[in-house]
Amino acid sequence: MKKKLTQQLDSIDEYEREPIPQSKLKGIKSFVGMYAGEHVAGTEFVIGPLFVIHGVSASDLFMGLLAGNLLAILSWALLCAPIAVKARLTLYYQLEKICGRYLVSGYNIVNALMFCFLAGSMIAVSATAVGIPFDIAMPDLNDWYPNSAGWIITVLCVGIVITAVAILGYEQISRFANVCAPWMVLVFIAAAFAVMPRLGITSLGNFWEVAQAKIWTGVPAEGYSKFTFCHVMFFAWFANMAMHIGMADLSILRYAKKWQYGFSSATGMFVGHFMAWIASGILCAAANGDVAPGPIAYNSAGIAGVICVIIAGWTTANPTIYRAGLAIQSIIPQVRRWKVTLMVGLVTTIAAFFPALVMRLLDFVALYGLVLMPMGAIIFIDFYIIPKLGLRSNYASETNSPFNIAAAVTWIATLFFCLFLNFYQGVDIFFLGLPGWFIAAALYIIMSKLYQRKTTVQPQTELSADTLNSVKY
Amino acid sequence: MLSILKLISFIGLLMTVVPSFLVFSGLMELNFHKTLMLIGTLLWFFTAPFWMNRQEQPQN
Repeated sequence: MKKKLTQQLDSIDEYEREPIPQSKLKGIKSFVGMYAGEHVAGTEFVIGPLFVIHGVSASDLFMGLLAGNLLAILSWALLCAPIAVKARLTLYYQLEKICGRYLVSGYNIVNALMFCFLAGSMIAVSATAVGIPFDIAMPDLNDWYPNSAGWIITVLCVGIVITAVAILGYEQISRFANVCAPWMVLVFIAAAFAVMPRLGITSLGNFWEVAQAKIWTGVPAEGYSKFTFCHVMFFAWFANMAMHIGMADLSILRYAKKWQYGFSSATGMFVGHFMAWIASGILCAAANGDVAPGPIAYNSAGIAGVICVIIAGWTTANPTIYRAGLAIQSIIPQVRRWKVTLMVGLVTTIAAFFPALVMRLLDFVALYGLVLMPMGAIIFIDFYIIPKLGLRSNYASETNSPFNIAAAVTWIATLFFCLFLNFYQGVDIFFLGLPGWFIAAALYIIMSKLYQRKTTVQPQTELSADTLNSVKY
Repeated sequence: MLSILKLISFIGLLMTVVPSFLVFSGLMELNFHKTLMLIGTLLWFFTAPFWMNRQEQPQN
């Protein structure tokens, strides 16, 4: 058992510090399936209702989701995928070559913390379904802290099970998630259609009229800000900012034969982040504004709905905990991986006690992307612009430096600039990613010019846009 | 054997989604739809794992 587990973990580390060989490249089907499965998660049950609570109008929702998801697909296809298929390196190795291992360690800690909170929200989503047979009082919109002992016990049980599985059976869960994906998509569709008559939608002809009057009314719940087309568009675009603009999916798309496979993210966006968000919004309206995923799914799809919420939370929390464990373990390699995953699971479960993580999920998702985005800008600039300016790409690896000050200053200064815009200029967190990217890009160019001028470097041939453009794949 | 399993899985998916359209059309009660959905779910999970996952997924 132990030997098998070690082999499993070793297989995940494959090609972590070298480009993927031609023989290991995957066809487009693998990416289509993976994106479709990965973006139908437990959190989809929460995001749709939160749009309803924030009083988005029907037209703003549909147009915003169309535009935002299209921009997200373009970000995957035009920013992330071309670098992934040219360099064929993981995000972490690419970053280490640019930033040095100390700065990457800092990035890994932040990344792991974000993963913990994200997995925590997924555990909380599952707990809202597990608690139904025991008649546990579910947290409501205004609950930020645990509202009952029953809630804490339920979350603790779910957290223990998910952590244990993350330690013991990552690969099996990954396979199980693949099996669940098509079924989960259909549960979302079925649940929404089944409750439409309760809202007064009896044909597709009167859907729009009722949607405007009873679902996406344009009136926010008390204490919640009003969402517009821009909020929806930027949220849909940046919900996975860490993955596309932040370049985390370099690790996945490096297996693609062509950069055009980045467009396969369309399956995840238009199934998970379009259809599922609309469906869960309908479920919320049919449950009179309730946002707890378990009850609204039970209300519309019975036990199958409850199973769907549990599985949706579980199958996505598991790899998230596992990835957080990997990120931490890369910093403290002497500690056994199962101990690290156990520690991460504990932090995640404690985070899940707090319903605020679910009720403020939109803000958290936006923050998650924003914090990791500057590193994506640094990779983009380092790959395409830096060589054209006569500067060196992959500066840390070329100079054997463990810490690229230009990258560190860019990361921190960009985040401070975004914080300033948020606190003092009142710019909503959903809108900060776009100016933040340009600030990070400009800062990295300026800082690199200043920093590289001061340092003597050894000439060395390394991966860069110029060298790689001449290589045919 | 594999074809039969796939057929049952497909029936499971149909039982998961089609009853909801009948509820929408006013041809079925919500509670009956929930029961059929559960049966469809069980059919899917007892058959699909035996034929899915044959193709490798890209690794993270």
